[in-house]
Amino acid sequence: MMKTSHGFALAGIAIILLAIAPLIVSDYWTGVLLGMTGYVTLATAWALFSGPTRYISLATVAFFGVGAYTVAVLNEALPYPLVLICAAGIGMVMALVVGLSTLRLAGVYFVIFTFGLAELVRQTVSWWEVNVTYTMGRYVFLPFEGRHIYWQLLALAVVTFLIAWTIGRSRIGLALKALGDDETVAAHAGVDVTRIKLLLFVISSTIITLVGAIQAPRWTYIEPSIVFNPTVSFMTLIMALLGGAMRLWGPLVGAVPLFLLFEWLSVSFPDHFSIILGLLFILIVFVMPNGVLAKIEDLRKRGRA
Amino acid sequence: MLEHVVNGLVLGGTYALVAMGLTIQYGIARIMNLGFGDMIIAACFATYVLSTTLSINPIVSLLIIVPAGYAVSDVIYRVLMKPLVDRAPDDGALEVDSILVTFGLLFVIQGVLLAIFGGGYTSYSFLNTPVNVLGTVVAGNRLLALVLSLLIGGALVVILFRSRWGMILRAVALAPHSAPLFGIDTDRAARTAFAIGGAMAATGGVVVSMFQTFTATAGVVFTMKALIVVILGGKGSVPGAIVAGLLLGLVETFVAAYVDPGLTLAAVYTVFLVLLLVRPNGLFGKA
Repeated sequence: MMKTSHGFALAGIAIILLAIAPLIVSDYWTGVLLGMTGYVTLATAWALFSGPTRYISLATVAFFGVGAYTVAVLNEALPYPLVLICAAGIGMVMALVVGLSTLRLAGVYFVIFTFGLAELVRQTVSWWEVNVTYTMGRYVFLPFEGRHIYWQLLALAVVTFLIAWTIGRSRIGLALKALGDDETVAAHAGVDVTRIKLLLFVISSTIITLVGAIQAPRWTYIEPSIVFNPTVSFMTLIMALLGGAMRLWGPLVGAVPLFLLFEWLSVSFPDHFSIILGLLFILIVFVMPNGVLAKIEDLRKRGRA
Repeated sequence: MLEHVVNGLVLGGTYALVAMGLTIQYGIARIMNLGFGDMIIAACFATYVLSTTLSINPIVSLLIIVPAGYAVSDVIYRVLMKPLVDRAPDDGALEVDSILVTFGLLFVIQGVLLAIFGGGYTSYSFLNTPVNVLGTVVAGNRLLALVLSLLIGGALVVILFRSRWGMILRAVALAPHSAPLFGIDTDRAARTAFAIGGAMAATGGVVVSMFQTFTATAGVVFTMKALIVVILGGKGSVPGAIVAGLLLGLVETFVAAYVDPGLTLAAVYTVFLVLLLVRPNGLFGKA
């Protein structure tokens, strides 16, 4: 294996190259990089919780949308850094409430709960806007160009990776591996299962909220059906699964090719996008149930034997 | 008031009907089918096409669409689900895999419907004559939908609890690992259950299309409501699905009438969450 110091040096070079990219490439490609970094962050944050716990969360867009909406509501009232802090705070509190009330639900109960959460939040926000604030849709006026948003997302992606890496190496990481293997055994071995799950859920959801908040200025006009689009949850899920949710680099490996593929598909086949997305989903489950990285390891092992 | 009760029961009847299909699929075949709602919508569009192009009466079209739903689901089970069942080391793994694959199915069906019919609201006119029930006026198509739901749902309950065939299915649901010891072909039972579920989805689609507008993208909401009914009633419980379905229909109709039509899903969801926290196994569930 590569030494950690070498790994850090390589990662550092990659980050610097990525950071100067928008000064060189066209606006179109800056936009692509931006979207890609957003999804890499979403998928990594998703896997932070769902990888080790194996709880399939479909709540991604609920938090993403809340982040975007917070910016839409507060962008003229507060300075931008404070708006981001508010968004993170709201995401965190929401994750705590959701986590405390549902993390004891296992398997399919959790899937369905998170499946509906986005829809619930969307309906509640729409209702609130129509009946209480009498607005439908809001404008976000922030003096950001694509590259400014991209740099923020890149920074968030780096932080997310550092968090995932630190957790993987810590005592919590060890407990998590036990938890993923067998929750009952882990609980008997003295792992405070619920508390660890809650902690991970809150960290993961807060990052996801921030991704939504940072991306909000990209749409100058925001309404619930735009920012609570369930496709975001599905894409995040499929990207993390394709790469392998149990590994640090898995979501990245899944998100980059899939994002490029989806970008190309939605331009070339806008009418059949959903069919292709569905077939891809089925294919991934059948061919690579544990993700690409696991598949490569498998093939390597077989090659050596 | 009474008008809302009747409308709530109509809606609840259809929810109970489709939830019965889903609970049979989940309870017996152990597959959580997230494409269920899209099968319902596909049946809605099929009824629409038969009604508008060939002027086939929706009731008659049941005779075409329901067997088709059975056959299609049978094929889906053989092609997509059986390999997953064979490879899954335990029930948990099958649950996760089936959720992911049926997601794919959801997108495929939805995409096909979008490509053919577009994203707009669709409906056709059928039996839109007012009928007087206990002093309130109800649309004839709604009343028919309720009657059909009760008849078909009731027939299924009778079959499940009174026939030998139903007993085999229930045995597999109750003890999947010991059922083979009594000479029961669990694979066949699972496939049959999945196909019956598909037939119920088709039935639900035909019935719903008689009185509601639908869109190609409405499947997700149907799946969610059916799932909520299944869980409220207790996983795998048919009587639970009926009670919970009616309850949900009433809650929705009353919230729409007295609070705000935009909050129906929020209300349903709140009921779901409260019940889940108080009775984690549902109304009729066993621990």
